Amino acid sequence: MASESSDEGGNGYEPKILVFACNWCSYAGADLAGVSRLQMPANCRIIRVMCSARVRPEFVVTALSKGLDGVLVLGCHPGDCHYSEGNYFTRRRGLLLKNLLQFVGIEPERFQVRWVSASEGAKFADTVEQVTEQIRALGPNRPRSGNQSAEPGDR
Amino acid sequence: MPKTRVGVFVCHCGNNIGGVVRVPEVVEYARTLPNVACVEDNLYMCSEEGLSSIREQIAEHGLNRVVVASCTPRTHEPLFREACEEAGLNKYLFEFVNIREHCSWVHMHDPVMATEKAKELVRMGVAKARFLEPQEEFESSVFPAALVIGGGVAGMTAALGLANQGIQVHLVEREQELGGLIRGVRTLFPTGQASEEVLHPLAEQVRSHRQITVHLGSEVEDAGGFIGDFDVAVKADGQVNNLKVGAVIVATGAEELKPTGLYRYSELGNVVTQLEFEERFKGGADVPRNVVIINCVGARIAERTYCGRFCCTTAIKNAVWLKERDPEAGVFVLHRDVMAYGVQIEEFYRRAMELGVRFVRYDPENPPQILGTDGVDAVRVQHQLMGKEIVLPADLVVLTTPLVARDDNARLSKLLKVPLGGEGFFLEAHLKLRPVEFSTDGVYVCGSARYPANIPESVSQAYASAAKASIPIREGVVRAEAITALCDERTCSACGNCVEVCPFGAVELQEGSFGRTAQVNPAQCKGCGCCVAACPSGAMQQSGFNDRQLLSMIGALAEEMTGGVGE
Repeated sequence: MASESSDEGGNGYEPKILVFACNWCSYAGADLAGVSRLQMPANCRIIRVMCSARVRPEFVVTALSKGLDGVLVLGCHPGDCHYSEGNYFTRRRGLLLKNLLQFVGIEPERFQVRWVSASEGAKFADTVEQVTEQIRALGPNRPRSGNQSAEPGDR
Repeated sequence: MPKTRVGVFVCHCGNNIGGVVRVPEVVEYARTLPNVACVEDNLYMCSEEGLSSIREQIAEHGLNRVVVASCTPRTHEPLFREACEEAGLNKYLFEFVNIREHCSWVHMHDPVMATEKAKELVRMGVAKARFLEPQEEFESSVFPAALVIGGGVAGMTAALGLANQGIQVHLVEREQELGGLIRGVRTLFPTGQASEEVLHPLAEQVRSHRQITVHLGSEVEDAGGFIGDFDVAVKADGQVNNLKVGAVIVATGAEELKPTGLYRYSELGNVVTQLEFEERFKGGADVPRNVVIINCVGARIAERTYCGRFCCTTAIKNAVWLKERDPEAGVFVLHRDVMAYGVQIEEFYRRAMELGVRFVRYDPENPPQILGTDGVDAVRVQHQLMGKEIVLPADLVVLTTPLVARDDNARLSKLLKVPLGGEGFFLEAHLKLRPVEFSTDGVYVCGSARYPANIPESVSQAYASAAKASIPIREGVVRAEAITALCDERTCSACGNCVEVCPFGAVELQEGSFGRTAQVNPAQCKGCGCCVAACPSGAMQQSGFNDRQLLSMIGALAEEMTGGVGE
């Protein structure tokens, strides 16, 4: 299948964005956006995790080094985590990871962490729209050194 | 390893998916993916016809993984898992792909993009499914007894709620007497009846109940374990009593704030708190003529932002008591706002005004001043409505302070592995939907331990917590979804990161066949995966969300899938 992001030159560039959504808040928020028929750009692909804190920084680095244009991690609002404090880890890891991305020459804006609750279908749709446009504005992600990250089955 | 054979089932959901996503195109695409042995579509995958087609294809094609692309796992996962199980396939070999809520419904005007997205989501689902493994759900038995910590109204009511269902209850009370905070209260709102009239029958029921063991003068010294199997050490007079229980209810209450440093409290003898006022006149001492009550003392301020909720009611109750004893008494209530919520309290508030209790609003920026040298003579206050300063003669000043969390809460929260909120009160699992449960299974909360609660509120919360706690005890077993963490002892370096980050105390470093390594107790693990992301060596993994599964999804999104897995 032709990848959308292969059309890098013209106006037809469609970024491909990986989204991690926690089961309890953000995935449910995304479901609510669907039930409410809120229309949004079709650039995001959600991977469901139980908690945003499950997202190992390596996943983000792997996704970006494989050429995906952006990674968005969504969790419950701080203080509202189903597991009490998972999203605090997400927040701290996110800040460090942004610094790391900048250090290795990847635009840190390609990686974003946002909070969306189960009742915030509209916020989910707005977030997808905003992040898609921000990443679209950055243009295609061109990782420098190909696929050097972990392959499935390495562990 | 047998050949991995994935079956993909794509749902039209009537027109909901099929009206936007070109399902036949998705079906054709899925056929090209590695390891896919069969692809079917159905108008409604969740219909009996759809479900039986899943069961039939599992048998016919020898499928050992199933992917359904339809709606959301949050509603339909149990149904499809069950269909797999009925066909003899472990239900954890099922993967859900959401192409309705996350695709057709939100890209209704762009069938081309929606179809492309659906294909990619299916590709990611197949990629993960290939690495799914069968799982056994962890089942453990529940010890048929409960511990209630705190012998106030909430704790006693909760204990009775459990004991009346035939459940053995240990009720632990720190003081030598049952009753809690209410023991210090003279009369109750709004009937004015003596608190003993409520307290004594309740305490008597508890004491005489065959299923309740009351531990007076006792404190919880240590606690460990998990739902169904808690070990609790209760200490009394230096003696430690070890109890085994299946569930724990925290009903430790709260205490009245002593407003040291405010309104010359503890400096002047006739400046007292509401509870001290109740205590002082319990024995029928001479009641002073002019009384000024100041509300919101130490509440709704920067360091303590919350409202004590029923302190206004307490102030009104005592003001009415003073006026009913002596209609000529001068009784002033200085307040910031009067929180007289609900029908009864509002009526009571009106009655206080009819009796001649004067309510004066003060400005917290310019609070009332206590006048007098050896004791209070008067209170000076800026009357906000009149816009001028007035001086009220006072023989006694009563300070209305909120309930505050007990210092001991922090210790108990660590022992029971349950959280505290910002103000030091216990924090429930969900403010609206799980108000008497903790996110830690098997531990429940009621009464003022959670937040200042009056008697009716404490009683309803106690009923609720008893009902909740009785569920696992009466079921006799607890089952956990098999998405728990698991440590590979061969690669674990015992750094302890996982122990640090686990919100539930489910991970411990223990000696095993590979030396000291992290070990997860599946009965305590809730499957968040915090420890997995914190593990530097990849030894910690989460069933159903392991690194290989998630990385394969990322890989499948980024590029074409090539090469099958298995033989």
